Amino acid sequence: MRRSNIWLWSAAALAYAFLYIPLIIVVVYSFNDSKLNAEWVGFTLSWYVALFNNQEMLTAARNSLTIAVSASFCATILGTMAGLAIHRYKLKFLPVLVFTPVAMPEILLGVALLLFFLQVLNLTLGMISIIIAHTTFCIGFVAIIVRARLQGMDESIFEAARDLGASPWQTFRLITLPLIMPAVVAGALMSFTLSIDDFVITFFTKGVGEPILPIQIYTMIKVAVTPEVNAISTLLMLLTLTMIIIAAKLDSGVLRREAK
Amino acid sequence: MALLEIHNVTRRFGDFTAVDNVSISIKAGEFFTLLGPSGCGKTTLLRMIAGFDLPDSGQILLDGKDMVGTPPEKRPIHTVFQSYALFPHMTVADNIAFPLKMAGTTPDEIRSRVREAMDDVRLSNFGNRFPQELSGGQKQRVAFARGLVNRPRLLLLDEPLGALDAKLREEMQIELINLQKERGVTFVFITHAQNEALALSHRIAVMNQGKIEQLDEPSRIYGFPRNRFVADFIGKISIMNAQVLETAPSHLTLSVAGLGEVTAPSKEDVKVGDTGVLAIRPEQVRISHHAEEVELKNHFIGKVQGFLYVGDVTTYIVELPNGARIEALLPNSAPGRAKFFEAGDPVAVSWRHDAGTFLND
Repeated sequence: MRRSNIWLWSAAALAYAFLYIPLIIVVVYSFNDSKLNAEWVGFTLSWYVALFNNQEMLTAARNSLTIAVSASFCATILGTMAGLAIHRYKLKFLPVLVFTPVAMPEILLGVALLLFFLQVLNLTLGMISIIIAHTTFCIGFVAIIVRARLQGMDESIFEAARDLGASPWQTFRLITLPLIMPAVVAGALMSFTLSIDDFVITFFTKGVGEPILPIQIYTMIKVAVTPEVNAISTLLMLLTLTMIIIAAKLDSGVLRREAK
Repeated sequence: MALLEIHNVTRRFGDFTAVDNVSISIKAGEFFTLLGPSGCGKTTLLRMIAGFDLPDSGQILLDGKDMVGTPPEKRPIHTVFQSYALFPHMTVADNIAFPLKMAGTTPDEIRSRVREAMDDVRLSNFGNRFPQELSGGQKQRVAFARGLVNRPRLLLLDEPLGALDAKLREEMQIELINLQKERGVTFVFITHAQNEALALSHRIAVMNQGKIEQLDEPSRIYGFPRNRFVADFIGKISIMNAQVLETAPSHLTLSVAGLGEVTAPSKEDVKVGDTGVLAIRPEQVRISHHAEEVELKNHFIGKVQGFLYVGDVTTYIVELPNGARIEALLPNSAPGRAKFFEAGDPVAVSWRHDAGTFLND
């Protein structure tokens, strides 16, 4: 191995260690048979059992799943439409307007949405307000992914469909939608993962009644970092990781195969 | 009656006039080619015929019916795109079946028509393949089959052979001629490759800067280019400044500075004293040894400047006493010989009195 290679590999190893060691520790301690996150005592699944007996935690998980599914559903439809429009009408300001919420500091978006719900819509904060808020910041992600896929495609395919007798709607249903489907699904999965672990915006737009998973976890560690928190974090990590891997596979693999 | 009539069609994009008052009438069964350099307006014209764009003024009539309000999917016109534009998520069979499905053809009929279409382009066993599993030539044939399967009144072909290598291109040209003859479908073909246009078409419209420079049969376009643009664009041609000395019903007598009198075929609208150029094709120029007896009227002495050997023929560049250069083409009929003259050789060049053409400035 050449000298430069060694350096490159060590740099990469360091970066990955930096990223993943904290996560690995959480996972390892979720199986630790001790109430303290200090030393390894023995393997147990009791924290997971405790978790599934924790009624409040289960409600929080159910609420979070409901929000994530609804928000990613709405964001996927709106984001796909936005992606198509941005691609079609090559206007400069349109993409910027859709992508801005993606780059905006979350705290800003949280405050803005809170004010909007309370003062403009006169909405009682609750599940609905969280779903709307999550939809807002997910649209941009879906639009970016869908648009990227459209940009890699031969424009004449859509004209060919019209030319061969398909109406605009048939062209969308039979050609455009199947071709952008991997990006749409990837966008939906991305939205789901963004929604399920969002803290800041959820914190601003939630009501008083219902527990939401990330906030519930935060409330628990205010008392102490129990292995139960490690267990729920591990599960959340597993879910997110699965979705991101599927999304990445869909967005790159299928794209490479079909763009040829 | 003409199948397709284009009446005074103009299309502008801002200040740029892409198509400038073009009129063409295309007969049923014709293989018609729009030939021109990129940016000459041929693609814009094609898109207007297909329905992807509309003229700013003028009319496009198909079977005497104005197409202005008819969207692309309602026009009995199909297009073969330069990029083939096959649907990547559909098999070859589904691609070919697409126009039939859109037209509401029954499933049984679709099956038999698709099979027939695949046989026609020699892709019978490729029905279940996806486009990305095909070679360039195979994709091209699928695109032809898909364009023809629903028997359009008109098939538009947008530089369909542009992406193929030279050998395959020639094969596809022959295939295309046969396909058009068998089906009797009218073809409107666009290309910037002049040899392709000459080889394939019944008639050619040479376009430049949005206008039609000449509309004629291939042999007339090549043999009697109407102006310098057409002469330059189609094939190789040598050009010399000339002035008309005398006009006769059978021929023109031209004066070429530093060379003397040259006889050229007569032409309408040419008056004594007109200035312009004499244009002559390399294959019409005979090249012979300096001392040889030449019986042709137009013959001059020159010196070989250089040559270009391309295998079957060699082009000799000959400098005339007036400094003008003329190209002469000689087939390499003697086996193993790349050239018959060396650079620097004094030679005689000559051409028939009915060869060459005078082009006014």
